[in-house]
Amino acid sequence: MKERLEELKQEALEKVSKSENVQSLKDVRVEYLGKKGPITEVLRGMGKLSKEERPVIGQLANEVRESIAAAIDTKQTRLEDQELEKQLESESIDVTLPGRPVRVGGPHLLTSIVEEIEDLFIGMGFEIKEGPEVETDYFNFEALNLPKGHPARDMQDSFYITEELLLRTHTSPVQARTMGQKNGNEPVKMICPGKVYRRDTDDATHSHQFTQLEGLLVDKHVRMSDLKGVLNAFAKQMFGAERDIRLRPSFFPFTEPSVEMDISCKVCEGRGCSVCKGTGWIEILGAGMVHPNVLEMAGYDPKEYSGFAFGMGPERIAMLKYGVDDIRNFYTNDIRFLEQYHKA
Amino acid sequence: MLVSSNWLQELIDISSYTPEELAEIITKTGIEVESVTPVAEGVSGVVVGHVQSCVQHPNADKLSLCQVDVGEETLQIVCGAPNIAEGQQVAVAKPGAVLPGNFKIKKTKLRGEESNGMICSLQELGVNEKDVPKEFADGIFVFPENVKAGADALSLLNLDDKVIELGLTPNRSDALSMAGVAYEVAAAIDGEYELQEEDVPYSNEAAGDFISVEVEDKQANPYYGAFIIKDIKIGASPLWMRNRLTAAGIRPINNVVDITNYVLLEYGQPLHAFDYDRFNSDRIVTRRARDGEMITTLDNQKRELKDHHLVITNGDEAHAIAGVMGGAKSEVQEDTKTLILEAAYFEPSVVRQASKDHGLRSESSNRFEKGVDPNRVERAGKRACELLAKYASGTVLKGAVSVDELDRSENKVSIETSVINDRLGTSITNEEIADILRRLQFSYEQHGENFDVNIPTRRGDIELFEDMLEEVARIFGYDNLPYTLPQGSSQAGGLTLEQQLKRKVKSYFEGAGLHETITYSLTPKERSQMLVSPEIKRQAKSPVALAMPMSEDHSHLRLSMLPELLQSLSYNVARKQKDLSYYEVGTVFVSNEEQVTRQPNEILRASGALTGTWISHPWQQEKKEVDFYVVKGIVEGLSAQLDLSFTYEKTKIPHMHPGRTALVKSGDKEIGFIGQVHPKLQKELGLKDTYVFDLNAEELFAQYTKEEAFQAIPRYPSVSRDIALVVDEQITSAAITDTISEAGAPLVKDVRVFDVYQGEHLPDGKKSLAFNLLYLDPHRTLKDEEVEEAHDKILTAVKDQHDAELRG
Repeated sequence: MKERLEELKQEALEKVSKSENVQSLKDVRVEYLGKKGPITEVLRGMGKLSKEERPVIGQLANEVRESIAAAIDTKQTRLEDQELEKQLESESIDVTLPGRPVRVGGPHLLTSIVEEIEDLFIGMGFEIKEGPEVETDYFNFEALNLPKGHPARDMQDSFYITEELLLRTHTSPVQARTMGQKNGNEPVKMICPGKVYRRDTDDATHSHQFTQLEGLLVDKHVRMSDLKGVLNAFAKQMFGAERDIRLRPSFFPFTEPSVEMDISCKVCEGRGCSVCKGTGWIEILGAGMVHPNVLEMAGYDPKEYSGFAFGMGPERIAMLKYGVDDIRNFYTNDIRFLEQYHKA
Repeated sequence: MLVSSNWLQELIDISSYTPEELAEIITKTGIEVESVTPVAEGVSGVVVGHVQSCVQHPNADKLSLCQVDVGEETLQIVCGAPNIAEGQQVAVAKPGAVLPGNFKIKKTKLRGEESNGMICSLQELGVNEKDVPKEFADGIFVFPENVKAGADALSLLNLDDKVIELGLTPNRSDALSMAGVAYEVAAAIDGEYELQEEDVPYSNEAAGDFISVEVEDKQANPYYGAFIIKDIKIGASPLWMRNRLTAAGIRPINNVVDITNYVLLEYGQPLHAFDYDRFNSDRIVTRRARDGEMITTLDNQKRELKDHHLVITNGDEAHAIAGVMGGAKSEVQEDTKTLILEAAYFEPSVVRQASKDHGLRSESSNRFEKGVDPNRVERAGKRACELLAKYASGTVLKGAVSVDELDRSENKVSIETSVINDRLGTSITNEEIADILRRLQFSYEQHGENFDVNIPTRRGDIELFEDMLEEVARIFGYDNLPYTLPQGSSQAGGLTLEQQLKRKVKSYFEGAGLHETITYSLTPKERSQMLVSPEIKRQAKSPVALAMPMSEDHSHLRLSMLPELLQSLSYNVARKQKDLSYYEVGTVFVSNEEQVTRQPNEILRASGALTGTWISHPWQQEKKEVDFYVVKGIVEGLSAQLDLSFTYEKTKIPHMHPGRTALVKSGDKEIGFIGQVHPKLQKELGLKDTYVFDLNAEELFAQYTKEEAFQAIPRYPSVSRDIALVVDEQITSAAITDTISEAGAPLVKDVRVFDVYQGEHLPDGKKSLAFNLLYLDPHRTLKDEEVEEAHDKILTAVKDQHDAELRG
């Protein structure tokens, strides 16, 4: 019986290795391991064996059965894998065909610039304040040391709605409003971005509507060197660590001293080129120490409190940073313009 | 202000700097230099020539043949100028000379005659057409005085000069004069300058015998001085004066006019010369004009005056608008013999108003408007007298006749070194402050660290401590300020909830495929009233209008962003960009007043406009045009982002498709609308089907609540069931969804439409709606019987309420 089992094993293993598909392997399984198979038959004849022989042959029969089953399983897995592979091979596609498009939009370049500046100043502890675009003459001019008849009002000819209401010509009224809420005894640290309006005919460098972003810090012992330090930090983060700044005297009715901030020209590294008109410097923003009249009108004692303010035009910054050559591009909303700056 | 560097060099020694270097220094210490421009670039080899003979060219009618002495030699030159004549002293470009535009002069033959050079006009030498004196406008330039043959004509004509253009801020009107610029430069480079005393050769006759002065409004006219100059001979002014005027952009006219202009440039004080005989009176009366009074000004314009204008009269009629322009009647002319020279101080606001009313901006009004130096008014008059005596052979009568209530006192400002340092963040010493004051030529008294500074009247802009702070800072140099960071109380910067939500909504839209746009707030009147959301329309009485718009295109504030968004789409479509999806978050301006008197309510809205193809994926046969449900999906996504639930009700809005427009509500509040633009408007704008949304962002933000509690993920399985119902075609899916949710509560958690069908196998006027229902009890596994029970209840409810039949 022992020989018969060995024989069966040899025979079965041979058939397994010869099987070329899952079906013939199934046949082998039924033939040898099925209920009517030869091994079952051998086991049935075990009654004739001696008490000693029975377990030996039983064990052997089980071993033979298991090794055949194992061989079939291994072979089956291999055949299935092969078949799957064949099937998958037939499913192959052209991976270079275009994918199903997903619509992706993006922010306006001015929004990107404004948010970049906002985040930069938030990092320095500034808040963001907003205010109305239709302003009172008081907040737009008078509270900012521009009384009626002041010559500097000419500098920013305005769109009036009534004698007392106008479209704000700068975002400075937001500063006046914010200071006014502090009862003259709390510090202010804010920036205010927003739309402003002036009586300009739209052309490549003028727009009757544009964006402004101003900043204000009022506290005890605010120094002009603080203004220089903050503007320097801003310029380096916004325009690159290798940029230098310089301040030079200027005039704004709401600050004294007043300065303009230039950054060294990136194109020529300060040597002078057409972009910086040969000066090596590019004007970026206006700034200064808050005028005592402005502080006083907002309820602060200018002997105790001082402050600095600055203001810039995001359009100008965008034009410098990205080489946009016509301010009207920001408001025409040509899709070919908008899409260019989605990564800005 | 145009500053001749040659002239400046005569006032203050700037020879160790090039004009460009000086410009850089001036810019950094006080006044921005806008440009440095050579008067004539690239010109050389031009000398003085004496025309010894001038005869008709033998072969040409319009040419002359001249023998010209140019010093070392005599050249034969053919000249075509009509004003060439023997005995003239002219500018000759010798062979080898270069004229503007790199035009090289060579020996040549003209109509058979040799020509060795060219006799030049001022234009040919590079002088601006507008600066060329009229008598030389159509011909060559002739030197008005004796100059040596062979001398360098360029330097005689000041063509080797460079003009520094100052961009003056309104506070620095002191630099509207060469004297003021010289003081400024002296402070900047630590140089020396002082305005020289005038030296007038008075005659024995007294001006008071010829003229009297009366001033009616001494506030408007605190000083009026009249000088009388007799024996005037009108002629050309000296070349050097003409050159300086030309460099400053003022055209030379005659000696009298040139002298008043010259003093204006030198002192910053406008003067006016009347012809005494034509003035026709021995009284000068300055007074406010009468309403409707007329004057013909020097530019031959008849002007009507108002009672706030100030005029100079002869006791009867107006002969000048004070500080703005003189009258034609008493204009100085060729035959003028006697002058009244006016040196006056007019109140800035009076001049500004008159100049504005008459649209006359002159060199004179510009200076009066900003306030002239009270201590220089009379001096300027004397300076002009000095020059008139010298260059117009005038006899100056003794004593100016004047009315004088002018305040000439100096402002006093006290500064403390420690306060200066506290404000600047510097450690400037008392000595450095004293040195800065010396450079500025401000006198002071010092007590320790306290300086009581006397501000010269030429610097009327300095009144406060902060003004002096600026003076000290700029001369000390902004480059020398340290970089520090604010030391004060710190706060955590950040965005408010509204600002965060605004960013969140924007990035949602961008992720959903929309491009952000920024359109104009000012629109034409008709557009400002179009496509306005019903809840805005109910609040807005009328769009807010500008009092004086620049154009009708930008005359009214918007009540909706959609009209301008549609314009943007139209602009793009016209440029063959057809698939567009735009949004804007911005304010609309809502006034509840018929006639606006208060600030309008500014409401933040989020609007969008989409047109063309939404998804195009041709090789897999997928193509989807923008439709109502694309836009609705975006709006629904927004509500999900903000965890709000929106409902949609069919509505009609002007300019919108009447069958494809829905009102959007969040909770009970109307927040806007979505839908298709009316096909008629689409056609007008050249747009294919276009869908829009317009939502009240402010209301959405107000309804937003930040979810802070954790909601457990359900642990028990849900059961999904589908039903298909046949209903009347008028019944909305929302109505049935509501009924299902209500009847199925609390087990039905979600109801979704998955099919809509109408047509074959269904009776006319009926449609089939198929829903997928989700049953869930968060606390246990549902039993089949429970679901069945709920399902039956739902079927009964939809049958009762909507006559809905289960589709077999």
